[in-house]
Amino acid sequence: MKIIVNVFLKEGVLDPQGKAAHHALHSLGFEGVNDVRIGKQIVLDIDASDKAEAEAKVKEMAETLLANTVIEDYAIEIA
Amino acid sequence: MKVAVLRFPGTNCEFDTQYAFEKLGHKTELVWHEETVLPEDIDLVVVPGGFSYGDYLRSGSIARFAPVMKAVKAYADNGGKVLGICNGFQILTEAGMLPGALKRNNNLHFISKHQTLCVVNNENAFLNKCEKGEILNIPIAHADGNYYIDEESLAQMEANGQILLRYSDAEGNRVVVNGSVTSIAGVCNETKNVFGLMPHPERAMESILGSEDGIRMLQGFEA
Repeated sequence: MKIIVNVFLKEGVLDPQGKAAHHALHSLGFEGVNDVRIGKQIVLDIDASDKAEAEAKVKEMAETLLANTVIEDYAIEIA
Repeated sequence: MKVAVLRFPGTNCEFDTQYAFEKLGHKTELVWHEETVLPEDIDLVVVPGGFSYGDYLRSGSIARFAPVMKAVKAYADNGGKVLGICNGFQILTEAGMLPGALKRNNNLHFISKHQTLCVVNNENAFLNKCEKGEILNIPIAHADGNYYIDEESLAQMEANGQILLRYSDAEGNRVVVNGSVTSIAGVCNETKNVFGLMPHPERAMESILGSEDGIRMLQGFEA
């Protein structure tokens, strides 16, 4: 089963890469960009009998390794 | 004193760290990451700098699960002293042995230079040979040194004397180097036996190489 985990810095934690990209977009003349956040997308292919089992497994992976919950939030998407 | 120096794939400061402690007259022993026990009769574990596991995912995030880290955690839980330098600091925060986290520098650059630091607290097993407010000249070399901690935890750490070092100018005024919260360069845990800092004291052991301020820092562990 294909699972996608999106990892982003938490709201309120300054994202230096997002800020730099935001600034660059502005410099290039793109207007109306209010915010840019840069995160990671982690695509997993796992064995699971159903979506609930897959989600529970990946949640544990995210909490343990894939995200650092001191500074990051994550969202699990089942493809 | 006997010092265990950990070594992960990608560690590159282990020999400088050995040199530094041996210069001070101590015995050192390298410990490979696959070991499950630490050498006997050690007085300190150092998690040295480098790029363990290529800094993949997040700096230190994979190294914290290396077999040796279980032994290090047990050693620290038992009151043993642990020092993390640069990547070692990142590994100890990832392992939850130190509060906070280290993010990408706010200017996104790898910063490598000599930097003045102000000693914030010296009532601990690490900086007791330094004066409070003393300015130290120590090299920094990192891309992910931007220390983050939430406000509530920061207040607790300040009240408990857990902030060890801040980036400063020669007069001791805070300076922004990498975006760290309140310019923090080094911290310790609540029980003051686990220490972490981004600057490299082991690279400041010879005046001919720019500074020997690292000597007084590392000598603290002799007390």
